[in-house]
Amino acid sequence: METLSYRHQARERARGSKPMAIIGVVASGNLEVLAERTLPGTDCQVEISTAAEGFGAVWEAVVADFVERRSPGGLKLSINDGGARPDTVALRLAQAVRLIEEDDQ
Amino acid sequence: MAAWRKAREMRDTRILAGSKVAAGKIVEGHDAVALLEAVIQPGDRVCLEGDNQKQADLLAGALARVDVAKVHDLHMVQSGVVLPEHLDIFESGVAKRLDYAYSGPQSARIARMLFGGKIELGAVHTYLELFARYFIDLTPHVALIAAVSADKDGNLYTGPNTEDTPTVVEATAFKDGVVIAQVNEIVERVPRVDIPGDRVHFVVKADKPFYVEPLFTRDPGAITEAQILTAMLAIKGIYAPYGVQRLNHGIGFNTAAIELLLPTYGERLGLKGKVASHFALNPHPTLIPAIESGWVEQIHSFGSEVGMDDYIRARSDVFFTGPDGSLRSNRAFCQTAGLYACDMFIGSTLQIDLQGNSSTVTTSRIAGFGGAPNMGSDARGRRHPSAPWLQAGKEADPDSPPALRRGRKLVVQIGETFGDKNVPLFVEQLDALALAEKLDLELAPVMVYSDDVTHIVTEEGVANLLLCRDRNEREHAIRGIAGYTEIGRDRDAKMVQRLRERGVIRRPEDLGIDPLDADRNLLAARSIKDLVHWSGGLYAPPSRFRNW
Repeated sequence: METLSYRHQARERARGSKPMAIIGVVASGNLEVLAERTLPGTDCQVEISTAAEGFGAVWEAVVADFVERRSPGGLKLSINDGGARPDTVALRLAQAVRLIEEDDQ
Repeated sequence: MAAWRKAREMRDTRILAGSKVAAGKIVEGHDAVALLEAVIQPGDRVCLEGDNQKQADLLAGALARVDVAKVHDLHMVQSGVVLPEHLDIFESGVAKRLDYAYSGPQSARIARMLFGGKIELGAVHTYLELFARYFIDLTPHVALIAAVSADKDGNLYTGPNTEDTPTVVEATAFKDGVVIAQVNEIVERVPRVDIPGDRVHFVVKADKPFYVEPLFTRDPGAITEAQILTAMLAIKGIYAPYGVQRLNHGIGFNTAAIELLLPTYGERLGLKGKVASHFALNPHPTLIPAIESGWVEQIHSFGSEVGMDDYIRARSDVFFTGPDGSLRSNRAFCQTAGLYACDMFIGSTLQIDLQGNSSTVTTSRIAGFGGAPNMGSDARGRRHPSAPWLQAGKEADPDSPPALRRGRKLVVQIGETFGDKNVPLFVEQLDALALAEKLDLELAPVMVYSDDVTHIVTEEGVANLLLCRDRNEREHAIRGIAGYTEIGRDRDAKMVQRLRERGVIRRPEDLGIDPLDADRNLLAARSIKDLVHWSGGLYAPPSRFRNW
């Protein structure tokens, strides 16, 4: 297992008021993302626990683009990765933010 | 005096020799080797019918068993190199030279044999191109074909998988060649006459039905969420704005996902009746939900698909069928339809370079072209207008006077940025170039050339290459949707942003696509069993696709 951690400043805070959201599954080639609204201001933190070692540069690029495109200010995102491809990671991160931004039903 | 009928005399001699093992036109299966040894002469051009799907497998087996002292150095001219026997005859010396179009299952072995010098390669063709050469400089002396049934006069019923047979027979029979058909059964009267008997010289009775490869069945259960997202991008980013009604789909999971999203996502976007109504297409099982939901008006097919026969028979408003009710397919006509009468081709590929050239060749596999380059190219002889064709032409060339401006076919390559085993879709240089060098080929085997491709779609977005004005813009349009491949990570963020502002690159968020919709629940069918239900029990999937 490898653990990676990235901190960013987003452009603005994530919308909505849900305290947390979870999406995906921990399976081979897939991942689970837990989003929690626990950080102040536009802080954003992404913690990754991955079965596939040595892909730090790719994670860094995926996370940086994600923050730029989805502006997840105030969110801490914890990833439990089962060796997903970057396209799946990017999709799950986008889904996690959409989910926490949705109004409570 | 000059002799002007030598070929006809030669044909009569061949038929006379063959008739010694025949009763009328009928030959028993166990006499097939003797028949071929009697009819075929050393150095002959022979078309052994190996189509995309249907295989003259009994005749292929017989040709692999002929005495090499009697039959050797043949020049094989056939669209598909599919069965092991198709290559065994090159190992044994029965055949020497090869002109072909497609080699799916034999792609690794054919590469090894080409490297080893076992095969003298003429060229790798597209289907239409090889068919065209049958009438100019590659006319077969002998054609070995496959049909479902024959009567004693040699009239043939080719059934739903007619495929290449009429073309092969036309070229052979009308140029003094000999046509030998294997059939599953001899009947009193064939259900319909696909090939008239006076073009068929011998009929060999096979003891089992000819082999058909189920090439077009994609299990909805294997479609991923990234493929669903990519399919949504294609529908909302290309089908909708161009209003593409006449089209061809490739065989991959990406287009299967599109087919399964039409009745759900497409319906939600209000696109029913406005897109995807007329197809040049094999009967894809994944199109059943769209057909049942009233999306599809008409489909002409290259061949059939295993298990679809009863469904097609019951949906003759949609498919082309004979007086007997079964599908009539025809590869040459359908390829022509795909080239001239469709406004879009959309399909997957294995490698795309920085200018948009694409190829399915890798250094160890030569899969051939099949029909994709015919579908995936702009028909320079096209003269009839249509809205998508004119729109694409305008985007590529906004300044020319409209009445003198050619339209453009939409040629779309679709795929995830990483393919099987995490192999990147985007590369600096196609493997096809290394292969061409290794085999000393004059042309690298490029599937779709960069000047034909108009759009590339990945889960990262749609790149519209029609709007690119120079090589640098093209390169960054491609890098911009290449995700986290090395090609993608080398993008210039500012350049990509400018292309995005001009609509050259459109990301899911630019198109208002919600990532939460990228969910398997959006598929109209999520399993093969769902497809059977949609078809009202008429679709009968092959056993390897059944898990119930």
